Amino acid sequence: MTDFTEIWTYLSRGPLLWLTATLIAYAIGDALFRAANRQPLANPVLIAVTLLGTLLWATNTPYTTYFQGAQFVHFLLGPATVALAIPLALNLPRLRKSALLVAAALIAGSVTSIITALAIAKAFGADQTLLATLAPKSATAPVAIGIAESLGGSPTLTAVLVILTGITGAIIVTPLLNALKLKDWRARGFATGVASHGIGTARAFQVNPVAGAFAGLGMALKAILTALIAPLILRLF
Amino acid sequence: MIQALALLLLFQLGGEATSRALTLPIPGPVLGMIALTAALALSPKLLTLMRPLAEGILSHLSLLFVPAGVGVIGHLTALGTMGPSLAIAIVVSTAAAIAVGALTFTAVAKLTGSDATDD
Repeated sequence: MTDFTEIWTYLSRGPLLWLTATLIAYAIGDALFRAANRQPLANPVLIAVTLLGTLLWATNTPYTTYFQGAQFVHFLLGPATVALAIPLALNLPRLRKSALLVAAALIAGSVTSIITALAIAKAFGADQTLLATLAPKSATAPVAIGIAESLGGSPTLTAVLVILTGITGAIIVTPLLNALKLKDWRARGFATGVASHGIGTARAFQVNPVAGAFAGLGMALKAILTALIAPLILRLF
Repeated sequence: MIQALALLLLFQLGGEATSRALTLPIPGPVLGMIALTAALALSPKLLTLMRPLAEGILSHLSLLFVPAGVGVIGHLTALGTMGPSLAIAIVVSTAAAIAVGALTFTAVAKLTGSDATDD
């Protein structure tokens, strides 16, 4: 019989082990999320990430090894973004009727997110590089990274801030908008997509299909608007 | 299923190629999404074909962020001493953006008489 270390060495070299681990960790996260009655704090991404992070640390596995397996899941982010066209197309009559609302909420939400983030960071003594890194953080990752690069920020750190923003949005959106007594699913979803991109959009789809469609639209429009206004707002700081 | 998947990838490919060729700041998948929305609006047949696959992928959209999220853990130390202040900046700005965005949406809806109940 082959001993455990040998099997481990063999398996840890291929993508199968970490791909399986990613799916199992997410399945556990999703099960806990359902068991917790879809409580936002029991966010399945956060649970899966914590489990996998602990596992990588315990087995002394570098991220690059993990990513060889996880890349198959990561790759699907692109096709999933394209797939957001389907809920958009299904809700097209609703979207047409709310074009003006969408435009107003997009501008208000985007400007608020960039200005408040930069003002707070600056008050805490952030330098210009860090502000350039922070400015695009609520856009979807590939857009944010590109903008941070062109502004002289750190792309790696921007990616971290983007993910943290998404998880934050997904966790706070439901209690926050319930406290504000907002019941319009279009408004709730759209604001979520604008403020916390794909992770917020994923949360919106868990709650309501109309909210999901509007969140997808918010994320897409935010990506375009951030590329235009983040450099302008950064100049004010 | 395979047809739908091929179409999805084709639109992403077209988006990536356009984004690169014209050096646009908008990522390929977002361009692909815009183009596919237009195509779906023109063809109800295409919508029927793509719908099951898209709904399958989107119902587990959260899963796709897990690998990137695991990558974040290793870089948390890179935030250094600015970590706590960046955390405050993220939480406050995200909450403010969601509240302002949603309130603006409903305020303009009231002004223009386009309430959710119209649907």
